[in-house]
Amino acid sequence: MSEVGAAESLLALSQQEELEDLPKDYALSPSEDEVDIDGERKHQKLLEAISSLDGKNRWKLAERSEASLKVSEFSVTSEGSGEKLVLSDLLGPVKTSSSLAVVKKQLNRVKSKKTVELPLNKEEVERIHREVAFNKTSQALSKWDPIVLKNRQAEQLVFPLKKEQSAFAPIEHVLSGWKARTPLEQEVFNLLHKNKQPMTDPLLTPVEKASLKAMSLEEAKMRRAELQRARALQSYYEARARREKKIKSKKYHKVLKKGKARKALKDFEKLRKVNPTAALEELEKIEKARMMERMSLKHQNSGKWAKSKAIMAKYDLEARQAMQEQLARNKELTQKLQVASNSEEEEEGVEEEGDLVPDAVNEIQMDADGPNPWMLRNHSRGTKEAKGQDPEQLPDPVAHEASESEEEEDRPGAEEETLLNEFEERRSLRRKSGLNQDAEPVSRQEPKDSSSQEVLSELRALAQKLNKEKNQSGKQNMSSTRTVPVVQREGPPKAEEEPLLLQRPERAHTVQELEELAKEGCFQNEEVPRPGREGQQTERNPNTQPGVPKEKKRKEQMIDLQNLLTTKSPSVKSLAIPTTVEELEDEEERDQKQMIKEAFAGDDVIRDFLKEKREAVEASKPKDVDLTLPGWGEWGGMGLKPSAKKRRRFLIKTPEGPPRKDKNLPNVIINEKRNVHAAAHQVRVLPYPFTHHQQFERTIQTPIGSTWNTQRAFQKLTTPKVVTKPGHIIKPIKAEDVGYRSSSRSDLSVVQRNPKQLSIRHKKQLKKNSVD
Amino acid sequence: MKVKMLSRNPDNYVRETKLDLQRVPRNYDPTLHPFEVPREYVRALNATKLERVFAKPFLASLDGHRDGVNCLAKHPKSLATVLSGACDGEVRIWNLTKRKCIRTIQAHEGFVRGICTRFCGTSFFTVGDDKTVKQWKMDGPGYGEEEEPLHTILGKTVYTGIDHHWKEAVFATCGQQVDIWDEQRTSPICSMTWGFDSISSVKFNPIETFLLGSCASDRNIVLYDMRQATPLKKVILDMRTNTICWNPMEAFVFTAANEDYNLYTFDMRALDTPVMVHMDHVSAVLDVDYSPTGKEFVSASFDKSIRIFPVDKSRSREVYHTKRMQHVICVKWTSDSKYIMCGSDEMNIRLWKANASEKLGVLTSREKAAKDYNQKLKEKFQHHPHIKRIARHRHLPKSIYSQIQEQRIMKEARRRKEVNRLKHSKPGSVAIVSEKKKHVVAVVK
Repeated sequence: MSEVGAAESLLALSQQEELEDLPKDYALSPSEDEVDIDGERKHQKLLEAISSLDGKNRWKLAERSEASLKVSEFSVTSEGSGEKLVLSDLLGPVKTSSSLAVVKKQLNRVKSKKTVELPLNKEEVERIHREVAFNKTSQALSKWDPIVLKNRQAEQLVFPLKKEQSAFAPIEHVLSGWKARTPLEQEVFNLLHKNKQPMTDPLLTPVEKASLKAMSLEEAKMRRAELQRARALQSYYEARARREKKIKSKKYHKVLKKGKARKALKDFEKLRKVNPTAALEELEKIEKARMMERMSLKHQNSGKWAKSKAIMAKYDLEARQAMQEQLARNKELTQKLQVASNSEEEEEGVEEEGDLVPDAVNEIQMDADGPNPWMLRNHSRGTKEAKGQDPEQLPDPVAHEASESEEEEDRPGAEEETLLNEFEERRSLRRKSGLNQDAEPVSRQEPKDSSSQEVLSELRALAQKLNKEKNQSGKQNMSSTRTVPVVQREGPPKAEEEPLLLQRPERAHTVQELEELAKEGCFQNEEVPRPGREGQQTERNPNTQPGVPKEKKRKEQMIDLQNLLTTKSPSVKSLAIPTTVEELEDEEERDQKQMIKEAFAGDDVIRDFLKEKREAVEASKPKDVDLTLPGWGEWGGMGLKPSAKKRRRFLIKTPEGPPRKDKNLPNVIINEKRNVHAAAHQVRVLPYPFTHHQQFERTIQTPIGSTWNTQRAFQKLTTPKVVTKPGHIIKPIKAEDVGYRSSSRSDLSVVQRNPKQLSIRHKKQLKKNSVD
Repeated sequence: MKVKMLSRNPDNYVRETKLDLQRVPRNYDPTLHPFEVPREYVRALNATKLERVFAKPFLASLDGHRDGVNCLAKHPKSLATVLSGACDGEVRIWNLTKRKCIRTIQAHEGFVRGICTRFCGTSFFTVGDDKTVKQWKMDGPGYGEEEEPLHTILGKTVYTGIDHHWKEAVFATCGQQVDIWDEQRTSPICSMTWGFDSISSVKFNPIETFLLGSCASDRNIVLYDMRQATPLKKVILDMRTNTICWNPMEAFVFTAANEDYNLYTFDMRALDTPVMVHMDHVSAVLDVDYSPTGKEFVSASFDKSIRIFPVDKSRSREVYHTKRMQHVICVKWTSDSKYIMCGSDEMNIRLWKANASEKLGVLTSREKAAKDYNQKLKEKFQHHPHIKRIARHRHLPKSIYSQIQEQRIMKEARRRKEVNRLKHSKPGSVAIVSEKKKHVVAVVK
């Protein structure tokens, strides 16, 4: 079978060769001699029949192998030559014949024209369309970029985005439907009506409108000129007044004032003659001024100026005169023009006394039988303490001074006397202090004096109100002690007791308090320096003061603390300082502290702390490693101990670690070990948006709660990122919402206005339909 | 001696009106309020725990359909109204506040493939397997009237989806090609094709309303321009995309729900790489819908769960499931961005809270302040391990859980193989393809 197959294939090959050759002959023959065309055809047929014998149509296109002029019309191929037929080639043979000139021209014209390019295929066209459209749309969409970015980064987004537009209706329209209902509103409206104020249109009143209408140009000019003049005048007067005000000369002002007064008087006189009623009114005015003066007591020596003058009066004659002048003025002002003013004055005096005297008396009453036993006890304790202190130190000079200075104010007239007294007092005081307190430095006296002065100045207000009657008694009291005036004052107020009873609790309270405060102040003054001084003394020679064991005890405790805390640390200082400060504090507080101290006498917190710290330090120290093996290389037995040499040899000393962080902080223990339990709550790796750990730590460390922030800040810090209103539909964002022009006037209209494509499509559809 | 008295200015503590808040003087000296970080940390921890305690997202189940729910639609004007189409051709309209069905229509024979409402809310359109598009009135028929559609369009082929234009009386259907219809005409005003496979869904862009997106069975997503009546671009993904949804706040962003368990968020101007690949589902994602705020979207999956993804995160922040919920076919986020609805195979529509632990109803200002503060605290300490662990903890049904484990192993194996291949080949001969690029097969212009 295989042999047969091979033979067949061979035959086919030979046939093919024949075929290849044959067409050449065949191609050569026909165009020239059409005579024997019949024979040719027959031959051709034969050949075809032969070739179709093996079932396959093996027709091969003609191939030109060598140059020849004869070309078969049946087998024209572009193959082989590889040349394109050009128009000029065709024109070549035409050139010679002139009869073809017209054709030639036409051909030339055609030659000059360019051919229309082939249309692109449909897919390509569509692709281009798509690309163009896509570029256009993506460009159009890019306008949203800034808005999208803004919304993504926004601290807070409030939905729905489009806010309900508040109507911009003018106020008249709004008000037209509104009526005044409440009485207040009605009242306001009535007022507005009355004054012809605009009710609805807020811009112009009817008057203003009228004036706007009425005013002509000339009028307006005149008015403007007037206004200008008035303004100029005003500014001139203002400048003048300012200038005058600046003049410092007292004399000038005095003269001015006097001149004014004189003028006023003259006017008054004139007025009295001309118009008695007006004069009466004027008189009333003067009377009013008097009353005002009496009420305000402006010209009494209670003012700041008067006080300063009173101090200066001791040294300065002028000041004294000024004071006198002022008093005179006071008298003048307060004097009633009508008769019977004297009796009133007396009454007034009595009244004042009634008001003021009991204040001083009260304290004694309270001393005797106060309603509040606690207050009483306090008071008595105070006095007791005062008494107890008496032998040690004289409190007298202070009280004495107080009483003395009290008197000082009371006698404004007798300045010289006061001066003398003052000097005398000073001298006596110095003598006393010299006797009693030799060791005490002078500087110690100073604060006491100043403080007592303070107390006095507070009391001065009270003392001042005592009227002239006391003046005389004051003279007597001058050299006596504090208790004396009190006793003296006891007399008159008994008559006033009844009205006082009503208000007693309050008044007594205040006065007593005042008194107590004053006393306390005194005691404090006396006490304050003492412990300090004692401290000093104990430091100098601790054995000389056996009388104050308590103080000493405390001192010892203090020293003990200092011993405990061997390093000189700020904390120790801070411990030591309050002990001195504490002594400055009140007695009660001291008692309280003492009590606390006694209650917690057993607890030595500081010692415990130090011990704890020592242990912590020990624990944190690296341990030496002992590698000695007892019995190794030695004879065994009971109670075997490795030799010191051996131990030294096998002891590995660990290097000392870095210094502890709390090395220089005596009152702190810093644990440098990593706490596993705490670590479980800590962030291990830096979270994504942060680039540096400090950044992250900062966000964590700034608290946002209202405990650490003001309300406003808290609200700002806790604003939610997205806020939605319940029950409100959130619509998609619109171009108009964000200020863009809506891009598509109408999507639909554009579709319909796109005629070319649509029409094409329609046509196609139509075609399809027709085909179907 | 100065007498010190307690004296207060009434301006500092007396209210001007009764409605004013009582003034509470506070001292903000930081030394008085120490340990701010630990205290806030504890507060944050408590807030996170409470959030998990109060996370009860499931609100209601609307039952009534007699076949699987195939499509859902929101009412554009009323928050309480929802429309649903079932696999037996029934359309129901629901009232969410009453949680009741208010109207039932036998709309089609066979599936209701798509449903959409007109932008004005007066009517809605349905397409079904019976090759018809029907327009219905939103209000029920009057007494004695028959339930009849306003218009019925008979088509030549099956329509698989429908969407209405956001502003005009135009709607688009998909099937063999995307057709754009004028409401008044019975033939489409233009139809666009690209490729020969059936298109499963078409969606109008809500912002640039002339844009459309569609996805077809030959794994591609095609964008169209309605004005120029031409497709714009086509992207071919690894597997078929079931549906897409445009972001209502960002005109050029859309998300595609894919069969390969992932969702892809694209910027339509650069389709060759998705902006984000969202993966957490363990089965095909069937539907996706954006929150109206455009910050999150919800996806429904064949794995019987729905998940909520932040737009810029690749992992979901929430997963909802119940024992009875089967394959979830459709999902919608309500237009007040508070609730989520999902329709599933087992004939129920479920209503969920979008924020699982949110308290419903009116909040007092103090409650609101506390809520905001807690939210901020949670945000502030979200990276702390304990808080992160508690906040992320979710209970999952066993099937999903084991699927996740399995897929994790598979993914790890793939990764390992890739790494090994990279290691043992000539440097530069094996390209490293990022996760984002991996799933995009081609972009066709």
